[in-house]
This record gives sequence, structure tokens and C-alpha cells, in this order.
Amino acid sequence: MSGNGHSYGEQAGEAAPELAQEAAPTTAPSVPAAFGLFSSDTKKNEDLKQMLESSKDSAKLDAMKRIVGMIAKGKNASELFPAVVKNVASKNIEIKKLVYVYLMRYAEEQQDLALLSISTFQRALKDPNQLIRASALRVLSSIRVPIIVPIMMLAIKEASSDLSPYVRKNAAHAIQKLYSLDPEQKEMLIEVIEKLLKDRSTLVAGSVVMAFEEVCPDRIDLIHKNYRKLCNLLVDVEEWGQVVIIHMLTRYARTQFVSPWKTDDDVVEEYNENNFYESDGEQKEKDRNVKKTYTMDPDHRLLLRNTKPLLQSRNAAVVMAVAQLYWHLAPKSEAGIVSKSLVRLLRSNREVQYIVLQNIATMSIQRKGMFEPYLKSFYVRSTDPTMIKTLKLEILTNLANEANISTLLREFQTYVKSQDKQFAAATIQAIGRCATNITEVTDTCLNGLVCLLSNRDETVVAESVVVIKKLLQTQPAHHGEIIKHMAKLLDNITVPVARASILWLIGEYCERVPKIAPDVLRKTAKSFTNEDDLVKLQILNLGAKLYLTNSKQTKLLTQYVLNLGKYDQSYDIRDRTRFIRQLIVPNEKSGALSKYAKKIFLAQKPAPLLESPFKDRDHFQLGTLSHTLNSRATGYLELSDWPDVAPDPAVRNVEVAESAKEWTAILGKTKKEKPTEKFYSESEEEEDESASTGATESESGSESEKEDKEEGSSDESSGSSSSSEESSDSESDSKESTAKKTSGAVKESNAEESKKKAKGISKNRNTSSSSDTESSSSEGSSSDSKSVSDSRSDSDSGKSGSATSSKKEEKTAQDRKTPSKQDVFLLDLDDFYPVTTPVAVPTAAVLSPSLTADLEGLSLSGSSVIDQVTTQVFVPTKTHEMLHRMTGKGLSAHYHFSRQPDMFGDHMVPVQVTVTNTTDQKIENIHIGEKKLPLGMRIHEFNPIECLEPGGSVTVSMGIDFCDSTQTASFQLCTKDDHFNVNIQPPVGELLLPVTMSEKDFKKEQGMLTGMNETSATIAVAPQNSTSLVIIEKVVKAANLGVVPSGQDNIHRFAAKTVHSGSLMLVTVELKESSTAQLIINTEKTVIGSVLLRELKPVLSQG
Amino acid sequence: MIHSLFLINASGDIFLEKHWKSAVSRSVCDYFFEAQERASEAENVPPVIPTPHHCLLSVYRHKIFFVAVIQSEVPPLFVIEFLHRVVDTFQDYFGVCSEVMIKDNVVVVYEVLEEMLDNGFPLATESNILKELIKPPTILRTVVNTITGSTNVGDQLPTGQLSVVPWRRTGVKYTNNEAYFDVIEEIDAIIDKSGSTITAEIQGVIDACVKLTGMPDLTLSFMNPRLLDDVSFHPCVRFKRWESERILSFIPPDGNFRLLSYHVSAQNLVAIPVYVKHNISFRDSSSLGRFEITVGPKQTMGKTIEGVMVTSQMPKGVLNMSLTPSQGTHIFDPVTKLLSWDVGKINPQKLPSLKGSMNLQAGTSKPDENPTINLQFKIQQLAISGMSLRPQPIPQLMIPIRCIRSSFIQTRGPPESPCREVPGERRAAGHQAVPAGAEPAQPRPLGAGDPDHEEAEPSQRGGCPRCSRGNAEACTQ
Repeated sequence: MSGNGHSYGEQAGEAAPELAQEAAPTTAPSVPAAFGLFSSDTKKNEDLKQMLESSKDSAKLDAMKRIVGMIAKGKNASELFPAVVKNVASKNIEIKKLVYVYLMRYAEEQQDLALLSISTFQRALKDPNQLIRASALRVLSSIRVPIIVPIMMLAIKEASSDLSPYVRKNAAHAIQKLYSLDPEQKEMLIEVIEKLLKDRSTLVAGSVVMAFEEVCPDRIDLIHKNYRKLCNLLVDVEEWGQVVIIHMLTRYARTQFVSPWKTDDDVVEEYNENNFYESDGEQKEKDRNVKKTYTMDPDHRLLLRNTKPLLQSRNAAVVMAVAQLYWHLAPKSEAGIVSKSLVRLLRSNREVQYIVLQNIATMSIQRKGMFEPYLKSFYVRSTDPTMIKTLKLEILTNLANEANISTLLREFQTYVKSQDKQFAAATIQAIGRCATNITEVTDTCLNGLVCLLSNRDETVVAESVVVIKKLLQTQPAHHGEIIKHMAKLLDNITVPVARASILWLIGEYCERVPKIAPDVLRKTAKSFTNEDDLVKLQILNLGAKLYLTNSKQTKLLTQYVLNLGKYDQSYDIRDRTRFIRQLIVPNEKSGALSKYAKKIFLAQKPAPLLESPFKDRDHFQLGTLSHTLNSRATGYLELSDWPDVAPDPAVRNVEVAESAKEWTAILGKTKKEKPTEKFYSESEEEEDESASTGATESESGSESEKEDKEEGSSDESSGSSSSSEESSDSESDSKESTAKKTSGAVKESNAEESKKKAKGISKNRNTSSSSDTESSSSEGSSSDSKSVSDSRSDSDSGKSGSATSSKKEEKTAQDRKTPSKQDVFLLDLDDFYPVTTPVAVPTAAVLSPSLTADLEGLSLSGSSVIDQVTTQVFVPTKTHEMLHRMTGKGLSAHYHFSRQPDMFGDHMVPVQVTVTNTTDQKIENIHIGEKKLPLGMRIHEFNPIECLEPGGSVTVSMGIDFCDSTQTASFQLCTKDDHFNVNIQPPVGELLLPVTMSEKDFKKEQGMLTGMNETSATIAVAPQNSTSLVIIEKVVKAANLGVVPSGQDNIHRFAAKTVHSGSLMLVTVELKESSTAQLIINTEKTVIGSVLLRELKPVLSQG
Repeated sequence: MIHSLFLINASGDIFLEKHWKSAVSRSVCDYFFEAQERASEAENVPPVIPTPHHCLLSVYRHKIFFVAVIQSEVPPLFVIEFLHRVVDTFQDYFGVCSEVMIKDNVVVVYEVLEEMLDNGFPLATESNILKELIKPPTILRTVVNTITGSTNVGDQLPTGQLSVVPWRRTGVKYTNNEAYFDVIEEIDAIIDKSGSTITAEIQGVIDACVKLTGMPDLTLSFMNPRLLDDVSFHPCVRFKRWESERILSFIPPDGNFRLLSYHVSAQNLVAIPVYVKHNISFRDSSSLGRFEITVGPKQTMGKTIEGVMVTSQMPKGVLNMSLTPSQGTHIFDPVTKLLSWDVGKINPQKLPSLKGSMNLQAGTSKPDENPTINLQFKIQQLAISGMSLRPQPIPQLMIPIRCIRSSFIQTRGPPESPCREVPGERRAAGHQAVPAGAEPAQPRPLGAGDPDHEEAEPSQRGGCPRCSRGNAEACTQ
């Protein structure tokens, strides 16, 4: 290779060696022949042209690589344009890529020729592969040829409704490019931006906001409808997008919300960590409590809440963006949380430190308290670069107060000795500032500085002189000694600023040092001609002042100095001399002014303010370039002041129906939700709207979504995974159509929608007596009417794997003439009865019809492979006693688990409580009293029973969130005049929600849950239990598990997830010979797993 | 956003330029050179330099300036962070990020840059995705490419960008599934002459090397999560899970990545495991000075201190030093006046010391203060903060966890000592490998790595972004 480099070098002249270095390693191996061919630059290009025209891809590739090398080097390769552009249609991906690189660089210069390539891109824009579409759009929009503006516009429009979010992202980028090429297109582009802003993909969000900022930052109205969505998506947007969105939202919030600062002092609203993930419903309540003073708009709070976790981002820019958001938007009491994260960034690279320190410097001026606890983090290290040291010093000075000044001064003393003299000088300045700001230490500082005057280093001394001068000016009363001392120093100090400062001091206070001053003037008059201009001016000043106060002694001296000044080289000094002479030396022309000369020269001068250079920087938004430069950068967007009255918050209410429909219309397909939209967004949005769902729901939602993603990134439509997800989805869906309704109604309406979607809904659905046992998913698929796996999701049905498995399943089921699990799902309740004879459905009465609809609506709105919670197949009849009538003074209560999912929010286990009055009097007002719950547990109370007739009994339902533990929930059951302590302890089987999944998915999941997460046992199975039907029945009866279709007769699989955390719980029963069976449970929640194992064992082994 | 990028080497040559919008003339860099001239050292070049029409934001790493040209308002950290990401990517691709490497791989560099930014806005910055788009060069691939004429560009288009887990590519397969977690801790301390600690901070990171098939979802928890005061995560970590349960739950990227970095709060309780005894004196009259330092262990909990390195910037007046070390090697550079002493391991029975005399320039007065001493060291298997991971079995495989901790300290003269002969010392403490997965409930899986695996320090160091920082000497690594 080095050999090749040589041959280049010899032949191609000066420039070539570098090129050889670049090109040789990549190109050398395959084109040895090419090297001999060129001897000059033009020849070389000839050679490249030949290679580009060759039929071999490898030759073309090498040529392109060399050309790219030239571009990288900044050499002109434009004359190769015709030869290169021909290869734009090359089949070889790499050649193509390099040609793209070339085009982007030179198309602008060779517009006519560039047009040759356009058709290729247009073709590629229709390519089935999204990446090719995207890259075609990228190049097309990057080549900056004005003629193709219409084509670009068209391409952007088309791409903005592309199915692939990646292409849409590129479309958002293209918007900016087109705008910079042709600002005339603004209106049309805004339309596209508007459309893309509605996009729910996290991939697009950052880019489109970027485009918004560039094209139409003033169109704040476009944000209204998307505000909440953006807030909710924020955590999942890629880091760069986060930065842009946060900055934009900061600006937005400043126009839309009222200031949280004005009333800061009396705002009672407490901010605590716990409350962070609580639902907005609760938040609202809290807000209501403090309404008397100031109520933060819930949207405002939403923004603060959703940005806070980003403080833990690894990306310094994101952290800084959040910090500035809190600085500009949060109530003052809350802004403190950002300081810790900012201090963390100080461990990062030098450049990051530089910017962060600048921002901290600005912050620390206004709110010292924020950074005071981190004082020591700003201590200077000997290895810091000077600029970092100076900034740290700046911050330390800002933070100085009475309490910490002594420590700081000690620290400063070390800094003064630093070998970095620039820094030492800065330290002296800092000491000066501390001295003026904190009166207690002024004298100490002054003494310290005077000590420094004897320092050997000249810069240190000079700086001290300057600072002392400033200090003395602030309190000139009693410092004759210091001035004398300084006058003595004059002989040794050579730094002009320092000399000038001393002279000025002596002149200003010449009356305090009457003996020394004339002497100083005498000395300086001698050296006048050798002094720096700065010093000369001060000598003149001194002379003038002395002349006025002590003309007897100094008259001649002054005139001598003035004469010297008259013939000085510098016109400044000549000017000054003339001016002074006219003013002080009385003659007939001087007129009235000379009378006042003394007043003019010896007027009381205001002391200089020693201020931080960061004092006024905060009128720039923190974290911006303008702030760093302390001047407006182009494109800086002003942060507006808070409005006095908040604009109508209703503009942010979303009636999003159109957006979804629009998509549907555009795509001409059923809307498939983008996977990315889900992370945290939906469920939280829901929180905003309906306070009914618990906050924790969102957590499980997001959790399951993520799991979902792991499963099937291929599965585009993993729109909604768990029931919680579905419910929230469905709600938000329906929000689109009907803005505000009760959740029940909302769900209903949604169910209707879903009905329309399902093509052939079997009619018996409506007639099925107990809706609670039927999942809507099965309805959805009842068009197929047989296989459950199909029902799982529309998208899934496309998968041949599951389809076949289900077929197989069916077959076996038929063979055996026993209902397999699939059948179980599909069976009408009538058919179902024989299997689950013991099942009574006592709950039916309690279930409202709307609930039925709820359940129907549940799973249709989205589809996913796993985690789709099915309704239970079995309702256990076993009731537990809660309150015996003896202890309950005639009131008795029983409960059982209804296995009715999602009655009270996702984490609740529904419990039916039957209360019976065995007395002969009415019992009034039965309700739940005081609760004694373990940490985290929650109870959704039943509605109080107003009156229970003698002998009557009423069934009510309540929900308990057991937090996936078998701990007892204790509470008081109260009547009008009594209360009884009661307990509910859940069997472990009731802490689960059944889940449907295919065998394949089951195995996959199981594969991930081995090791510690697996518990197993071998059990002896009672002979009567060995049929699959019985096993299913028994297992399902014991625990709320969903049946997974199984390809093998001897293996039965069940799946569920825990109610609270949504962890998967996979149960496998494998029948072996000699009536034993292997029972395996895989779950993350190992404790529950092992308890469940213990409970299932006897179920199967006993008759 | 980012308009153009120029790479400038130490001697002031622009050796690579890339434009994302219309080309900006390289003459814009003249402003940069001006600033460079004004700053005495490369580290002092301001990261933000305004020019009449543009603004130059630069990052200095590996002796290369990465200068981004921007034209309009943009958060400066955004650009700086991105530039650092670019450097990290190069490092990831080529092993080292040097001028020679970049020149050698200019096409790959160009392609990578092309993918990373679109119109100046970051597009794909996750190394997993990039590597799928553009394969990093390896010797094997170069050979294969030569023979077959194929290239570094991925044949198959990546799916990762489009997946919901943007940092992980799909279809990862390993025959040996393994995951390593290194805990590295650094103490950064300033100690005064008398040995009392002025400040001490513990900063830790967990670096992971995960080679697992498929889409694993891992959880990690800490024995003592309360120790962690402030944490920052790789984007793969779920914030909410951490908030609520103090558990790290994540789908890891493939390969090496930094899972989290943390800060340990209990600042004053840090026991620094090393001490330095010093006796440095200059005399006004004579041209000779005495120099003696001894390093010894303190509170090391029975571990050996390794990789001890003492450096000190001597005052300008020192002409030469004649020193004798009891162990290790020392170098004094008379030009930069930098004394460095590579001590190696500390043997508690026989403490290493460095003694001798200094020749001072005749006629100059003695220096104001004694030099600062920086000290770096490593201790394997020791957690300065006491932080430890709880082993979490992963399906079918055990994860051997190696923990490496390190720490280091800076000492400095005491501010108020009346005599000025205060040397500062800065020490760095080292690395420990702790098999945190100590109680494997299951047999170790096939191919699982050595749990006690010790990190190859130099390479780690190379990969450590801190080292390229201005205050690199401040860190142990």
C-alpha cells in the first residue's frame, strides 16, 4: 500500500501524496493497473472518467471512492459530474450511495446535468423498500436545484403520508430543505407540517418540530392540538428530537400559561416526588385545594412532569434543555431539582463543562440557593483549562455569602498562588467582588489584597492594585495608609494599568496624602516620556488635581508636565493636555469654566460596580447559542413574557377523530397504530381526561407495551397489548369521536365502532347470555368462527405459523372430541356449561349492560401477539366468608372473585361481596370504613348500600389492588352504627389475568423466563385427572389462567399476567408416563410463581 | 443546524471537510486558527467562536479539532454532544480515532457522517444502527472485499431504525450468550498538604458488554440503590421502573455500551486509600532544592494498589532533577517541567519513595508554592462507595459480572498553611473486579466468560472518553 502511495506521489505532484493516503487503502487492492495511468491532475480525472465508464462495478466503485476522497479533502471534483451522474442508477448499493454523496455536494453547481438524475429518484420514491424511498427523498431534497421545487413539493407531500414513519421523518427533514431553497413554498409546507405534527410516531416528532421551528415558529396555533401528545411522547422520542421539542415547548408554554412565579410565596401546592406519577385526576384535586391562590394549568404541570425524567438522560443537551425549561417555566420552588443534574454534567467533557458552567453562572446570580449545596463541586482543579477555571471562579463568587465566604476566601488564596497567572488575576478580581458584595469581609479582603501587593509576581500585584483602587473608591474614608503603601510600590510596578491606577488614586485622594502626592508627581514627571499612554494620561490628571489643591508646591511641576504632554506623539495626550491647560491655568480666555475646575476634577465619583459579566444574560433563553455568545444569534426566537391572563386552555383539548380517520383515509387501510406511539403516551393521556383510571395503569401499560415491542418488532400492529392498553386506546380512540363522555359510554361507542370493523360478526354474540365470559376478541374473529388464534389479532391472522398451529389444534380437538382450549374460547356459554358445570354466574345481575359493551370494545381496538387479556373462561363459585353473622351482629358478608377484568382499573382484582342481613331490622348505610392496607395496596370501594331489608342480600363489587402479593387487605365494614374488621386474602390464582397467546409466542416467552424465573415440580396425577379437559378445567378453576392452544396432547399450557405489574405467568403441565406430570411455572414474579405452584400441585394430584 | 464539519489536526491542517447544506468555504476556519493562536494550549481554545456570519463550535479530542459550522440559533450543547458522539462512533468503528485512521478510512468516515446527519439534523446516531448501514472495516473484511469486490456497505437494509427499539438491531445471534457488567468508580479528590480532604467525589459508571441472542429484556438491581445519588441512563433503561422500584430494566443494545453513570453522595465519608508523604523544599540562597515523596497505602481493605502513577508539574525555575526511585521509573522533562514517576504496585512492607535534589536556575527566587502532585492508582475488586450489583439470572444463562472500580484523588497545598511549601497531590485509585454474580443459582452457561475477568486497562482507557478531555490528568483512567 505504501508502494502505491509512492507511485501517486511521484506522478501527481504536490497534492497527490495526501490523496494517495486517503485513497490507497481503500482503492489500492483492486486497481493496481490504474496507478500508472495518470501523471497530472487532468490526466488523473481522465482516468477516473474511464473508470466510471467501465463496465465493471469494482472499477466504478474505486473511482467513486477516490472522488469522495477528493471531496473530503476539499478538492474540486466538479468536472467529473457528467461521468458520475450516469451511475446514479447503478444497481450496486455502494456505488449508488457514493454517487448520492457526490450529487449532494455538486448538484447545486451543475444544475442542468443534475436534472438527469431526477427521474431515478422519482422512481425510487415508489420503491417498496422504505429505506430506498427515504434515501431517494433525502437526496432529491438535498440537491438544491430550484427547478425541481415542484417535484420536491410533490414528493414531500406524498412522503408525508407514507406508511413508514421513517419515510415521514425524512419528509419532515425535506421540508426544511425545500424551505431554505424556496421560501415561497411556505404556505404549502405549513400544511405538510400541520399534518406531520399530528403524526403519532416518536420517530417523526423531533424532526417535524424542527421543521416547525425553522419554517413557521410563529404559528403557535399549530401546536395547541398536539401539545399533550408531544408532552406524552417526549420520553420516547430520540434524544436529539427531545432537545428540539423541549425548547419549542418552553416557548409555547410561555405564551399559554400564566406565570407560576408571581404568587410563588403563597402557593401552597406542594411538590413531592410521590406525587410525580400520580394521575392527573389526583393532581387536579390537589390543584383544586389550592385554588384560592394560584392553580397551575394541568397542561403546564403535564409538561413539567413529563420532562423531569429526562434529567437522567445521558445526553448533556437533553439535560440542559430540561434545566432551561424548569428555569423558565417551573415555580421557583421546583427549579432546584435541576441543579443536581447540571452539576453531574460537570464531570463530562471540557466543552460540555464550558457551556454548562456558563448557564450555571447565569442561574446562580438570580437564585443562589439552587447551587449553594454544590459549592464544592465548583472548586477548581489544577488540571482544568483556564476557561473552565475562570467560569468556576465566577460561579463561586456568585455563590459567596456571609456563611461560606471564609471557606471561599481560603480557597481563593490557593488560587492566587496558581501558576496560571491569568487565573490568578481573575481570582483577585473575584476577591474584589466578594469584598464589595459582602460588607463583613471587605476589610479582610482589602488587607489580603494589600498583602498581595508584596507578591513577587507582577501580574498579581498589578491586578491587586486595580482591584484595591476599585475597593477604595467604594469606601475612601480611612485608607490613607494603603494609599501611601501603594505610592511606595510605584517604583517597582511596571504594569501600566497598575501604575495608572495608583496615580489615579493618589490624585483622587491627594488631600489625604498631602506630603506624598507632590513627590509622586515629581518622580513621574521625570519618567514621563517613557511611560505608557495610559500612565501619561494619569500623570496629567494627577498634575491637574494637585495644581488645583496644592498649587503652591506643584505649579511648576504641572506646567512642566503639561509642556511635555503638548509635544507627545499621541494625539490623545496632546488633546488632554490642551484641555487641562485651558481648564486649570487661569488666563483671560478661559472664562467661567475655570472657576469650576476644582469641582469638575474632584467631583465625588461613583464607585464602580463590581458585577458579574453574566448579570444580564438571562434575558436570553438559557441553553441557547445566543446566551453563550451574549448576543442575538440569527434565528434566535425570543422567549415571550408570561401572559397576564392565560389564553383559553380548551384549545388544547383534542377531538382527534379526524387525525385517525385522516390516516385511515390516506392509507386506504384500516388504521394500524404505530408501535412507537405507545410507550407512555396513551395511558397518560387518558389520565388527563378521566380520573377514573389509576395512575399505576399507565405504568403497566407502558411496561407491557415495551414487552410487546420485544416480542414483535415485526408485528406492526402491536397497537394495544394488555387490556389496560386496550382500554386506554379505546378510550382515546373514542375521544376522537366524542370528546367527553363517561368512560362507560365512551367504551360503548367504541364498541360500536369496532362492531363495524369486524366484518362478519356472528349474531349469536348479542344473544349470548353472559357477556362477561365472552371476549370481544373472539367476536372479532368469529367471522372466522373457529380458531382462537385468529381472533388474537387481525395482523396475526396473516401469520401462517399461528394459522397452521390453530388448525392442527382444531384437528386434535375434534379427534379427541373434547373441547380444547380454543374451543373453550369459542364455545357459547351453553356449550361451555357442561365443562364448567360448577360455574354459577351469580354476578350477571350485577353487571351493567354497559359493562358488557365495555368488554366487547376492549380488545378490538388493537391487536397484539401476546398480552391480550382475555376474559376469564371460568368464574369460580367458591365463596369465602368475610363476616360471620354472629360476629357481624346479624350482618354477614361473603366474597368471591369474579374474575371480571378491568372493572376498576387495571391493577384491581375485582371482588364480589354479598352482604346479607340476617337480622329482623333494616341495616342502613353499609359502607367501607377505615382501611388498613399494606404499602401500595389500594381499594376501590363499593357504593354504600343505603338500606338492606331484613333477610335481604345484596351483591356489590369492589376492586382491590393487591400489588401482586398475597397479603391480606384489611378494612372495616361499617354500618350506620357499627363497624367490623374484615379481611380479604386473595388466593394466588386470583392475582392473575388470563392472556391469550399462540404456542409459538408462549415458547418464546418461556425461553426468556428460565433460570431463576422457572419453578417446577413433578406431581402424581390422579387417574381421573389425566384427560386434557379435566386438567384444563381444574387448572383454570384454581387460577385465573388463559389457555394456550397446544399442539401436543400431553402438554397443556396456560398463560396469564399478574394484575398489578403485568408480569407474565406461564404455566405448563406436561403429562408423563405412569400418571405423573411435570408442572412448570415461568414468571418474573418468582414468589407468586412458587406459591402458585404449591397451589396447583394438589389440584392436579387429588381427585 | 450543523452546516459543515471540518477536522483540523494539531498542526492546523484541515484534513477533512463535510457539508450538509451548501458548501461553506474553508476560509471560515481562519477565525478558528486565530482563536487557536490566542489560546496558549489546545485545551484553552474556546468551544464557541463567533464569526461575522457563522459560529464555530469545536470539540478537541484525540489531538483533532472537530469544528462544526453553524449559521443560526441552536443549543450549543446539542452540537457539542453530537460532535462527541461522532468521535465515539469513529472510535467504535476504527478502534482508535486518529488523523491517520480517519484518512485511511475516509470513505467510511464520509458515509458514516452522511448517515448521522441529514440537513444538519441528527438522523442515526446509535452505533448499532450505523454498523448495520455501514459495516466497520476489519482486516478480514478488507481481504474479502478485495477478493470479491464487495464493499462495506450493508447488503441488507437495516430494520433497526424502524424497529421500536431503535438502539438494538434485530436478529442478533450468538452461540455463546454472555453479558458482562463492569463497575468502574473514580474518586476525584482534592487533598491539602496536611492530608485532609477538601473535596472528594465518587463518580461511577457501569459499562456493559452484552452479547445475547434475540431481544433480551434484562433487569439489574443494586444491593444498595440508595447510595446512588444521581444517575444518568442509556436511553434503553426504563425511567419509570427505576423511579418506582430502583430496578434497571432494559433491552440492551448489542455489544459494548455504557449502561449508566452515577454519582455517590456521601462525599465526606470517602476514605481515600492512598497517602503521599512529601518533603519538597526550595531554598532562596542555594540553587539546590530537596525533593522527596513517599506513597503508601491506607484503608485498602487488604487489596493491593496497582498502577500507581505520580505526576507533578514543577515550577519554571527547576532546571533539572536528579532523583532516585526505590522502585519504578521516573522521567523529568526539562522542557515542560513535568515530572512523572511510574511506580507500579505498592508493596506495604517497602513503601516506594522518590528522593533526590533539584537544580534551580541560578538567580531566580524560589517558587511561591510547591507543586501540585497528581496521583493515579487502581485497585481491583474494591468498591470505594460500597456499591454492588445484585446478580440477576437471565433466562438460560448466568451473567458473570465483573466489577471494576477505580478511584483517584487530587491533593493540593493547604490554603492556609503559613509556610508555602505545600505540595498537592492527586491520586487516582484503581480497579477492582468483583464477581458480583457471586451466588450463581445455576451452573454457568456454556461459553460464559470469566467472571473475574480483569479489564485490559489500556484499551479501556483508550475507550474512555474522559481521557480525551481537558482535565484528563484528573482522571485515573
